[in-house]
Amino acid sequence: MTTDNKGYSVASDASVLESTPEADAAAFASDAGPRNVVDAFKGYVAKVRGGEGGALPAILGALVLVIIFANTSDVFLSKGNFANLLQQAAQISVLGMGMVFVLLIGEIDLSAGTAGGVCAASLALALNNDGDLQASLGTGVFVALMLIMVATVVLAALSKLWIPAVIIALGIVVAVAHLGTTQLLAMFLSVAVGTSIGTLIGFLVARVGIPSFIVTLALFLAWQGVLLKFIGTGAAIPTRNFDLVDKIENGYMPVVFAWVVWALAMLAYLGTTAYRSISRRREGLSAEPLDLVLVRAGAIAVVTGIAVFVLNQDRSRTVFAKIQGVPWAVLIVAIVFVFWTYILTRTQYGRFLYAVGGNRQAARRAGIDVKRIRMSAFVICSGMAGLAGIIGASYLGGVPSDFGKNTDVLYAVGAAVIGGTSLFGGRGKVRDAVIGAIVIAMIPNGLNLIKNISSAYVFLVTGLVLLVAAGADALSRRSPAED
Amino acid sequence: MADTPILELRKVNKSFGPVQVLHDIDLSVYPGQVTALVGDNGAGKSTLIKCIAGIHHVDSGEFFFGGNQVTLGSPRDAAALGIEIVYQDLALADNLDIVQNMFLGRESKNRLRQLDEGAMEAQARTVLSSLSVRTVKSVRQPVSSLSGGQRQTVAIAKAVLWNSKVVILDEPTAALGVAQTRQVLDLVRRLADRGLGVVLISHNMNDVIEVSDRIDALYLGRIAAEVKAADASVSQVVELITTGRSGDLGLSRATADANL
Repeated sequence: MTTDNKGYSVASDASVLESTPEADAAAFASDAGPRNVVDAFKGYVAKVRGGEGGALPAILGALVLVIIFANTSDVFLSKGNFANLLQQAAQISVLGMGMVFVLLIGEIDLSAGTAGGVCAASLALALNNDGDLQASLGTGVFVALMLIMVATVVLAALSKLWIPAVIIALGIVVAVAHLGTTQLLAMFLSVAVGTSIGTLIGFLVARVGIPSFIVTLALFLAWQGVLLKFIGTGAAIPTRNFDLVDKIENGYMPVVFAWVVWALAMLAYLGTTAYRSISRRREGLSAEPLDLVLVRAGAIAVVTGIAVFVLNQDRSRTVFAKIQGVPWAVLIVAIVFVFWTYILTRTQYGRFLYAVGGNRQAARRAGIDVKRIRMSAFVICSGMAGLAGIIGASYLGGVPSDFGKNTDVLYAVGAAVIGGTSLFGGRGKVRDAVIGAIVIAMIPNGLNLIKNISSAYVFLVTGLVLLVAAGADALSRRSPAED
Repeated sequence: MADTPILELRKVNKSFGPVQVLHDIDLSVYPGQVTALVGDNGAGKSTLIKCIAGIHHVDSGEFFFGGNQVTLGSPRDAAALGIEIVYQDLALADNLDIVQNMFLGRESKNRLRQLDEGAMEAQARTVLSSLSVRTVKSVRQPVSSLSGGQRQTVAIAKAVLWNSKVVILDEPTAALGVAQTRQVLDLVRRLADRGLGVVLISHNMNDVIEVSDRIDALYLGRIAAEVKAADASVSQVVELITTGRSGDLGLSRATADANL
């Protein structure tokens, strides 16, 4: 910056205006990108030192936890527990992926857990009553629910959030026409209720202007009340008898199918990243070196391949039945992950989300409808809470009246933050929630395997890990500003 | 120098409630020239540029763009005409890189509605090098890693990217060191040399006199005088800013005093 200020005069500017190839090459020297793996690695180390660690802290944390828990329990590294861990992480990661969107715009949604409870309750009630929510809820509550959903269709449409408006409207159709007997449509209803809830939160935060912390804290309580109203104080409403819902967490992909999906996913990943590297290099743009792309794709293929291999082994503890295969929930998480990653990184909408999170004023001046974008983040978060609710119901085998009340939200926020998403907005990836969810799920999983440990420690350790992650986020955010 | 102004304001008035902020403002911006807008705090500079940007609606007065009368009802209208404003507090998002910032809100997309990163990156680089910006290592580095002068440069380049005809710079050098101010002023001059109409708002009289062609001094919501930069001295401009008159120039004593 300081070296090339020769103070050349304005009048003799002609020479400066000529853009010689040499000068251009020097000007954007780094734009060719790293030439090889070694350069790329050096660049990555520099990034980590600069506080941009990405997923590295989470992966290191996971390794530390694995080493500790492998020593405290014989069971932790068993095939059965590995499958357990992924099943436990599935709900957290889906909720966390939704949370990433809200965190990206610098907000928070504390109500996502109990909102997921309301969604799951709608699903369970519809399934158990032949799709007739009116009979199970009572006419008053049912009409109130429908009116709220209709109102949120209008709110979404007024904000030009067409997709959410359509989803909620279709949800109303499912509820009114008793279509919830079909399990797939009942699940859709759950997501639609979540979308409706998100529209309401988004409206209150982005249009009315109430801080998201207050809105969602209030609704965190309110949804608990709604859930009680829906379910009553009695036993959980079972979903165990409905195979499609039940199979999400308790069913497994056939061995061959899992390998085929794995192979196709790896080929697609390798294909897109390699194609991007080659075509960008050809156009003279900054591109990753091809060997880096190959090494990274290879590493991912090996890690996921080992996971699939282990899960495809028989992990039954008896000789009478075989338990093997990748849980379907893992496939759902993977599909959701790929979808939202595409939206965030390849579409204009994703770019707008980052811009709104980074500098709201700049986004407004660039002509972005900031209120609409902010509203949409809450819609996605709560819609994902509806999906997480389905997975949670599948895991628990039913919907109890305290669904989502305890640690769900904190785990989801924790997953995103541990993975590297900033609480201050503008920085984060969908990937963060998935990696973070595995770390978060590992803590109660590993601690509960230690004999004679009190659950006091589970809460204590999980809380401290969250605090450390949030602290690391705050510190990494501070360092670039202070030098 | 061109004779027809690219942007012309005639008898523009603007009030906020009982307070009249702009009185009968006449202002002409010529292509290929830097028109400096100077004035003390509260003289109405910001209000005036917000009127040009379409953020504020004027109470009365006419706007002409390239000789045709236009209405500036919204920032979109102004942008559509090719009026770009580089704000004092830099409308850049720190977490995005240079390319992302320059194209923010107007991203190129391919047939699949995906972002066309390649096209945007190439175009950003072309614009930056056409403005002889040589200090940026990579157009893919985040804006948070740039110095103040580089950020200002990116903000200006962003304004140029869209084939704009008039660029309004609000205090572009206010927060910069000596060397960086030098770079930005050179860039301002280069914009005019490309044939753009440049409006420069600044508090630094030396900068103003050096880089601009014409100086319009605002005094309590009125144009006190328009002087040629070549003929003006710093003390003369300062006098116009602080008292509204200087020798034969400026508002009549009655008008100037009436506002006090």
